[in-house]
Amino acid sequence: MFDGREPIYLQIADQIREQVVSGALAEDEQVMSTTQYATTFRINPATAQKAFAELVEEGVLYKRRGLGMFVAPGARSRLLERRRASFFAEVVDPVAQQARVLGIPLAEVVARLEELMAGAAQPADGAQPGTPATPDSTPDPQEEPR
Amino acid sequence: MSFAVEVRDLSVRYGRSTALEGVSLRLEPGVIYGLLGRNGAGKTSLLSTIAAFQRASSGTVLVDGEDPYENARVMAGTCLVREGGDFPEERVKGVLDFAARLRPLWDAELAARLVDRFELPLDKKVTQLSRGKRSALGVVVGLASRAPLTMFDEAYLGLDAPSRYAFYEALLEDYAEHPRTIVLSSHLIEEVERLFERVIILDKGAVLLEEEAESLRSRGRTVTGPQEVVEDFVAGMRVVGRAQLGRTLQATVVGDLPPGAEQRAAEAGLELGSVPLQDLFVHLTSKGERG
Repeated sequence: MFDGREPIYLQIADQIREQVVSGALAEDEQVMSTTQYATTFRINPATAQKAFAELVEEGVLYKRRGLGMFVAPGARSRLLERRRASFFAEVVDPVAQQARVLGIPLAEVVARLEELMAGAAQPADGAQPGTPATPDSTPDPQEEPR
Repeated sequence: MSFAVEVRDLSVRYGRSTALEGVSLRLEPGVIYGLLGRNGAGKTSLLSTIAAFQRASSGTVLVDGEDPYENARVMAGTCLVREGGDFPEERVKGVLDFAARLRPLWDAELAARLVDRFELPLDKKVTQLSRGKRSALGVVVGLASRAPLTMFDEAYLGLDAPSRYAFYEALLEDYAEHPRTIVLSSHLIEEVERLFERVIILDKGAVLLEEEAESLRSRGRTVTGPQEVVEDFVAGMRVVGRAQLGRTLQATVVGDLPPGAEQRAAEAGLELGSVPLQDLFVHLTSKGERG
């Protein structure tokens, strides 16, 4: 884990954002402590702290003195909003560019999208509460810092 | 509790050979430093001088504001563990008892837990221990001393991989609870680089750089793409490595990219990647050989 090319603190921040978006981390739920991050992934605690600082600034996490870091209320919808804002630039534009390079007609791309959207009768809104937390989102009790 | 270290214009010579020449640096209290350098770069001389195992030929070393040499208070708070350990010829238990008396902040419970973790035989003599177990004993002493300045000079390299990982975990766990100034010297960079907050690279007896680990990592970039496009892109940059596969070139550049470079790379269809610290280290410390 965290073997990518990005700085580790960015990867940690991304991972937490991902867990918030997917609902694996619910609002007001506690995230792993810097000590747990440090020992679990064998990284300097300052690296984990850097990730937390960035997420606090973004309003994804908040700190409870003496207790640790928690998911901020409204974090999920804030993250979803941000993703929607960058959806076209980051997701659709590359598809359009690839389609052009490969010579795939626009109509085929649109047809595929329509087919997929019709198939999935999904909720069109991200405001609903997340699914219950999965076990991997809760701090691991077996490696309790002593 | 953490000690700061101030080194000013330090030189260490052995007869006619110079181990360190004009080294100046500051270790901030409570930070984990990686001390990197090739063999013979001066890592052991620097750490031994800071720990007052030997005297400076010239220059100043201040630990927690005082000259550490023959300074009982500072020496009690400074723990340097060297490869092989500098242990009295006793049983393991005797070594631990000795350290407990010497170290004011000794944590006997932590020591016992680590002895258990590394399966150290308490009744065996130090001289009868395997290299791995000797290293493990050094690690136990180094961590349980909880010294405000703790330095491991390649001390854990004798451990096998599972034991090294156990060491990293124990170090981070205890450091998080009891922050202190820690220096890890190593040439096995890949495995330990994420433990560091800051990195010092020594090269030929001098400080090549002292920098935040994360920013050091971002100083190197690989640029990958069609040969001419890459060559065009890296013109004027400091290129420290080139690897070619067919018509694809991967150039390794060091230093900040000029403004707008990332955008230009994206538009030109070039891929930018990061350089592992180990590779960066190799590039930075091998360049001097040519000069």
